[in-house]
Amino acid sequence: MTESVETMMRPVLEVSDLHVRFPASRNWLGRPTSHVHAVNGVNLTVRAGKSLGIVGESGCGKSTLAQAIIGLAPYEEGRVKIDGEDFQGAQGKQKRALRQKMQIVFQDPQSSLDRRLPVWRLISEPLHIRGGRSRAELHEKAEELAVAVGLRPEHLDRLPHEFSGGQRQRIAIARAISTDPELMVLDEPTSALDVSVQAQIINLLLKLQRERGLTYLLISHDVALVRHFCDDVAVMYLGQIVESGPADEVLRNPRHPYTQTLLAAAPSFESPLPDIAQVRAGELPNNRHLPDGCFYKQRCDRISGGCEAGQVLRRLSDSARHVRCHLAQA
Amino acid sequence: MSAVMPTEPVAANAAMRRTKSLSERMRYLWYLGRRSPLTLVGVAIILAVLVMIIAAPFIAPYNPDKVSLTARLLPPSAAHWFGTDEVGRDLFSRVIYGARASCGAAFMIVLISMSVGVLIGCFSGVVGGRVDTAIMRLMDVVLALPALVLAMALAAALGPSLFNSMLAVAIVRIPAYVRLARGQTLSLREQVFVKAARTYGASPFYILRWHILPNAMSPIIVQATLDLGGVVLIAAALSFIGLGAQPPTAEWGALVSSGRSYMLDQWWYATFPGLAILITAMGCNLVGDGIRDMLDPRLRGR
Amino acid sequence: MMTTGTAEPRGQALAINNLSLEFPTFSGAVKALDDVSISVGKAEIVGIVGESGCGKSVTTMAATGLLPKGRYRVTGGTVRLFGHSTLSMDDSQLQDLRGKVVSTIFQEPMNALNPTIRIGRQLTDVIMRHEEVGPADARRIARDILADMLIGEPERVMNLYPFELSGGMRQRVLIAMAFSCNPGLIIADEPTTALDVTVQAVILRLIQNRARRTGTAVIFISHNVAVVSQLCDRLYVMYAGRIVEHGATRTVLETPQHPYTQALLRCLPERVAPKQELEAIPGAVPNLLQPPSGCYFQPRCKEAVEQCRSQTPQLTGADGQQVACWRRGVAVELPEQGGRR
Repeated sequence: MTESVETMMRPVLEVSDLHVRFPASRNWLGRPTSHVHAVNGVNLTVRAGKSLGIVGESGCGKSTLAQAIIGLAPYEEGRVKIDGEDFQGAQGKQKRALRQKMQIVFQDPQSSLDRRLPVWRLISEPLHIRGGRSRAELHEKAEELAVAVGLRPEHLDRLPHEFSGGQRQRIAIARAISTDPELMVLDEPTSALDVSVQAQIINLLLKLQRERGLTYLLISHDVALVRHFCDDVAVMYLGQIVESGPADEVLRNPRHPYTQTLLAAAPSFESPLPDIAQVRAGELPNNRHLPDGCFYKQRCDRISGGCEAGQVLRRLSDSARHVRCHLAQA
Repeated sequence: MSAVMPTEPVAANAAMRRTKSLSERMRYLWYLGRRSPLTLVGVAIILAVLVMIIAAPFIAPYNPDKVSLTARLLPPSAAHWFGTDEVGRDLFSRVIYGARASCGAAFMIVLISMSVGVLIGCFSGVVGGRVDTAIMRLMDVVLALPALVLAMALAAALGPSLFNSMLAVAIVRIPAYVRLARGQTLSLREQVFVKAARTYGASPFYILRWHILPNAMSPIIVQATLDLGGVVLIAAALSFIGLGAQPPTAEWGALVSSGRSYMLDQWWYATFPGLAILITAMGCNLVGDGIRDMLDPRLRGR
Repeated sequence: MMTTGTAEPRGQALAINNLSLEFPTFSGAVKALDDVSISVGKAEIVGIVGESGCGKSVTTMAATGLLPKGRYRVTGGTVRLFGHSTLSMDDSQLQDLRGKVVSTIFQEPMNALNPTIRIGRQLTDVIMRHEEVGPADARRIARDILADMLIGEPERVMNLYPFELSGGMRQRVLIAMAFSCNPGLIIADEPTTALDVTVQAVILRLIQNRARRTGTAVIFISHNVAVVSQLCDRLYVMYAGRIVEHGATRTVLETPQHPYTQALLRCLPERVAPKQELEAIPGAVPNLLQPPSGCYFQPRCKEAVEQCRSQTPQLTGADGQQVACWRRGVAVELPEQGGRR
């Protein structure tokens, strides 16, 4: 038992001070002259077997964060550690080993599956790339994985277009668990699906987590889904985490003004449509030139003296959560 | 306007493609063909030309090279459907045998330029950067060369022959495929399934082999089919000006060329080979258009 | 405002009666709509809810003549749009109707705007086509309606091209365009699906406020039941091309009768404790090439009995709530869980 307690506390994913920026324009020599600042100093930790939800609106940098973690978006500043080992700096064999520990499920299974490959080949692709297994072994492994995600063995030789969206997402999930990863990055895994199918996929992901002790990083814009699915949540605005903590606590009693706005605007059965004033639906500031001081101050309705200074994500004294707002911290 | 197109027919189309039996597939092809009769005409033409190429000795009533000085420049008749030429060879037989040289040449040209072009294009797209820029500028230079002029230059340097002129036409055709393949590669490289493969640690070669080439092929094949028509014309043109197939080889362009001098009195001599060129080129274009429409996702599921 | 429609009973904006429609394909006819009846009163906001492919968009597109010509076949039913029988109208008659009598707002605002023409010009063009006003007046109307959509500097926005606006702003411009000729009916087809929740909330408010003030009827098509619950007076639930339930929004959502409506509400994460299993609906929507016999939901329904497989249920019930289900002739208590699958 002591061992399992120890593994529960061990962080599988540690992101520290991550900054991701892309060149937005270049001069005639091809050198970048301005940048899009997508992720601006993100710190987060996910413990083994837990789920962290990243919530925010489009353009807040949550998808870029996922891509940086999985290695699809290079970064110059900050560090991503998988199981305590730096991922971007790893080389050769070590990098291969780290890759196996981390998998991603994308939003749209239509585009994340090559439509010309049969299902067994899609599911076993990570193993195929790793090499060292015969075709028959791959097929056998694919069958085992397909059954684990609720597909039938006779589906294996079909092409993805013969499946519904939900079944395709099952194929993508089977592919992700093929390397027996510890961390799965879920980038809006149900946004392209109907609600009844979304429920099937969420159930499947929860079941896999129970059975395999998976650690999840869920990127989503759906507050209700994150509240249901995740232990912890981090709310992002303009590439920064503005509030983080236990999902239930943060999403029931938000303390950062942005989180409050986000929750007020989320469609709900219990409450009527919010007033326009309540939503404060300004546009996201331009992320080529980051604003001075608090990033949210242009949209905030409680602006006061301390907002001109840069805000720090600080733990509140009375709860387990962190908030990036001097008013909440006071 | 995805919002306007109902999704149901697409689902039905997928349901249809699930059926695997051959007769079902043939029935589906017939269903598609019925809606574009011109494509069917094109297919019929291509099939006829293929039969001519394969079975020329069985179809042709005479030996195409057999000279008969008693039967010089005869008009079309029951014995000689297309008439005879100035040394009494049967023109119908020569047109049928000519398909081998003409279409064979055109096919080789397209095959060469397509394979070389696709290789260069995919490589350029995958590598990117300065290599990519250099390759594309080189292609711009090649694109600026007129096929016939290059062919004449090659003929002057290496002597006139069908092979040399084929080479010239093939070289000039390469950039079109390079651009197409590179464009496909660049857009496929951004596809989510390629990104997924990258997160599994796939090498560029693996991605090229398993994801980019298979997905890039359909538009390239359409381009090749459309090209075939044009190349048949160019190959004939080269032979016509004496840079391609040399007499006495039966080749449509060469036949038109020799028939040219008899145009006024013996109309059939140049007309029938000319018609063969025209109809074949048209057939290729019709089939190419048909395939393009079939592969166009916007027209799918109709 | 509207000159037509006086002859309609109870002043209806749109009355679709028993509409059946199919798409001919290679493998046979896809029965996209089967016996669909929808009525929308003047100044009423009505929701149509259902999952993708249930026919919710096809219904309104058929009613306004927006389906591609020659690709579909109406096999029965009538449509009355402010007294006009749109199914028998030709293209130019429909063109006159659209914009003036009925406007549609689509999901993707970029596709509905011409990228090469400034916003102001696109708005005034629409206004001048349907109203007898000069350019100056049209511009004034356009400015007013943009201001009504809470667009900060309408004059500046009118001089911009569509690509210079954010998604939320483009959708506001499109709503302004839809309202610009004071149509009697607005069809909003998933207008906020591509937008963020804060933008969505504002857009919904804008539609609601303007519709209430001008007495415009709205059909709001969405897959999001929560959004519909916040916006609509009445709602229709569609499944596989049929209407399975309709009634006042509150009633239907608080006491859903049809097993499909119940399942749809139960599978939402909002209503379940964290990490608990959601009640997913087993199976998938039927293939409308070969729909199942009887009730289309029957293969996935826990409560199905023999009658559900043999006979098609009709919508029955009082005006407040109608259900097409053999197990719900009258409002009954939900039976115990764990019935047949």
